[in-house]
Amino acid sequence: MEAQVRTGVSKRKAKQGLQTARQRNLTAYAFLTPWLIGMLFLTVGSMLFTFYLAFTDYDLLSAAHWTGIRNFSQILDDPNFWVSIRSTLIYVVISVPARLIASLLVALLLSKEVRGIGLYRALIYLPSLIGGSVGISIGWKNLFANDGPINSLLGMVGIHGPNWIGNPSTAIIVLILLSVWQFGSEMVIFLAGIKQIPNYLYEAATIDGASPMRRFFNITWPMLSPIVFFNLLMGTISSFMVFTQVYIITSGGPMNSTLFYVYYLYQQAFSYFHMGYASALSIILLIIIAICSSIIFLTSKLWVKYDV
Amino acid sequence: MTRSSMSKSIIRHVVLIIVTLIMIYPIFWMLSSSFKPDTEIFSTSNLWPKTWTFKHYLAGFSGDAGMNFGPMFLYSFLVSAVVVVGTIFSSSLTGFAFARLRFTPRRFFIGFMFATMMLPAQVVMIPQYIIFHKIGLVNTFVPLMLPSFLGTVPFFIYLMVQFVRGIPKDLDEAALIDGCSPFRLFRSVIFPLAQPAIITMSIFSFYWTWNDFFGQLIYLSNPKIYTVSLGLSMFMTNMGNTQWGDMFAMSIVSVIPVFIIFLIFQRYLVEGIATQGLKG
Repeated sequence: MEAQVRTGVSKRKAKQGLQTARQRNLTAYAFLTPWLIGMLFLTVGSMLFTFYLAFTDYDLLSAAHWTGIRNFSQILDDPNFWVSIRSTLIYVVISVPARLIASLLVALLLSKEVRGIGLYRALIYLPSLIGGSVGISIGWKNLFANDGPINSLLGMVGIHGPNWIGNPSTAIIVLILLSVWQFGSEMVIFLAGIKQIPNYLYEAATIDGASPMRRFFNITWPMLSPIVFFNLLMGTISSFMVFTQVYIITSGGPMNSTLFYVYYLYQQAFSYFHMGYASALSIILLIIIAICSSIIFLTSKLWVKYDV
Repeated sequence: MTRSSMSKSIIRHVVLIIVTLIMIYPIFWMLSSSFKPDTEIFSTSNLWPKTWTFKHYLAGFSGDAGMNFGPMFLYSFLVSAVVVVGTIFSSSLTGFAFARLRFTPRRFFIGFMFATMMLPAQVVMIPQYIIFHKIGLVNTFVPLMLPSFLGTVPFFIYLMVQFVRGIPKDLDEAALIDGCSPFRLFRSVIFPLAQPAIITMSIFSFYWTWNDFFGQLIYLSNPKIYTVSLGLSMFMTNMGNTQWGDMFAMSIVSVIPVFIIFLIFQRYLVEGIATQGLKG
């Protein structure tokens, strides 16, 4: 009886062994069909199409003409392109580190056994869930209106608040603040990382008489540096992509002071239907992001510790 | 508790309370404004309405505000729900194949998927728009829904691959010995066991789609099929300088679905962000 069962099993096993590589591939490709179609058409195909369009004058209505590198040379002479690069870089360079610092500091405050940690964490994290929506952008715009609550609060302490959104030098601050307000998701990542640091490291350091400052710089910071790296990289890439907030709050103004890159790209592609020009812009965006990511990757060797 | 550790703990709480108040003030201000008469919203900075009114909420759904938000909420919900189904469908199939099946060129495909993780959506947006424009699908919901069925969010596939790899292989082997085909193995063993990953995926794809603006803006230009994001944007442009109350009321309603997800699934959200690196 037992022998019979065994032979049954080994027969099946043998049958499986005979299953050819081709059959295995066919099964796998059946599972992968949706992904392969998406990959082929929506990702790779679209990428190649973008590269082609960037060298044409396509405008959605008439046929595309090959124009060589004309789009790219025009972009380099386009003052709005440089304005958008400048404002986007200001936004990225201020908001990303500000978010990192805020999220790390609050995560450190929450990392000790604090009563009500769940409630604090939830309320601080909530803005990052809803902050990218149109509804919140509308609220934010009115919060900083000339007669809005921010200015009335400033008025209570005797400061005459500026016309935040109407003023070219302050409009970008409103957008940066909206980004910093959403530091909750980074904080959640930091909290998870702090939990991973073994407690005996701190105990040993305390016995050796290390001050809280030294404990932070010699234990917490090196242990968290891979997470800082991750947050920095993801934060930088997503800050380049900011769109909804600009569209709703400033529409790129006043005087193009918040003409962020993706907003400018949107205008070229979908307001003027300069599809060729916009494709060239998106390729340049890809290059800029690649450069920024490589800078972060290269410098990370100096400050990210993977083997503490 | 020693005296110094007690005072430390008090300072900690004071700082945390201040931070929390700053974080929720904007939301509370919008909420309270949505219950105030229009004349009261910008004239006082009181958070508590002097006179309570619920008419803004009614106006948004009865058309008295100049626009009826009812259908827009329905469309946003429809699009988001279909995207959730599409995401589950494509990501679980692909994730299972990557984690469990042997085929060539497996490594190449997985590497490719990782490479596309960093690819900004804006780079492929223009050609995708042109394709949908050419086949006459602009001003339908198809361009917003279809990509989810084709596994275009590598984060979700990665999430699935990681999760399926964590399921013990003994189960597969037992099933295969019993003569189970890979399709049945997927349907009856792996898919039910991958439920936590599927819940995480559903939550994120729902609220990303619900909050989306860029995609809806370029694909939908007919106000008859506007979603909530587009409706709010149009309302702000046309009536945002007078009907503040209506605008805030609808903005508040627009974030309620995300808020409910947050209340019910906070654990999944936090885990998704902290361990999978999903954007919060």
